[in-house]
Amino acid sequence: MNVELKVTPDRYLPYRYAGASGDFNPIHIDREFAEQVGLPSTILHGLWSMAQVARACTNAAGGDPRSLKRLSVQFRGMGFPEQEVAVTGSVKEEGDGRVVIAAEAAQGDNRIIRNAEAELSPQ
Amino acid sequence: MKTEAIGKSYPAVEYEVGKEKIGEYARAVGEESPVYFDRTAATEAGFRDVVAPPMFAVVYSWGSVALPAVDPDVDLNFAMLVHGGQEFVWGEPVCSGDVISTVASVKDISEKGGMGFYVFETVSANQDGQEVVRGTWTNIVRGVS
Repeated sequence: MNVELKVTPDRYLPYRYAGASGDFNPIHIDREFAEQVGLPSTILHGLWSMAQVARACTNAAGGDPRSLKRLSVQFRGMGFPEQEVAVTGSVKEEGDGRVVIAAEAAQGDNRIIRNAEAELSPQ
Repeated sequence: MKTEAIGKSYPAVEYEVGKEKIGEYARAVGEESPVYFDRTAATEAGFRDVVAPPMFAVVYSWGSVALPAVDPDVDLNFAMLVHGGQEFVWGEPVCSGDVISTVASVKDISEKGGMGFYVFETVSANQDGQEVVRGTWTNIVRGVS
């Protein structure tokens, strides 16, 4: 089982995700505010990036949302809109209908999610 | 750092799941499977109604996890806050029409290397009392000592 997903969030994605999730923290949607607090620009929502890891792992297990039993991640580098996010992962343990995946998400060399671990039970 | 809030829990927050909200969330995160949008596709796949993507947990947990975050007993410094880590453990799938009740608690507050670790837990259950997700939210505050 190989985990691989590439997606480029467009410049308006953080607004759509803010509306969909309810997270209107201005560091994600207000460039002026983001720069005032020392960020280079607005940054992606970490939980949007985590959702890409969830989607990549679920797709690798056949796409049924019931197959994703657990996902844990660490947020590290900041992610930015208009740059490709690549999720990669591989099998760490397998047995008894259960697969544990180790994954990460990166924009180029900038790893935005590290040490992700997903437990899948393909349906 | 104040640590007396460790173990404190907060009143349950209810969230009623709607079909169009699931669709809006699914589109925002790039989900394409018809089980997230189409009632017929979802019921044919064995779900009670249109099903939420697993990470929709953030939508129905949000109001609950906000309670410890703004509690003066926890005293979280938002200006220095970063979301350090997240875990979800899923149970029964969440479908349109479900009423999800989420209880948040403070699992741990600790300091390591000048950083404060504030760990909140949320437990969400549906209208039949089945657990749908357990979330562990790790917030890191820089410069606490």
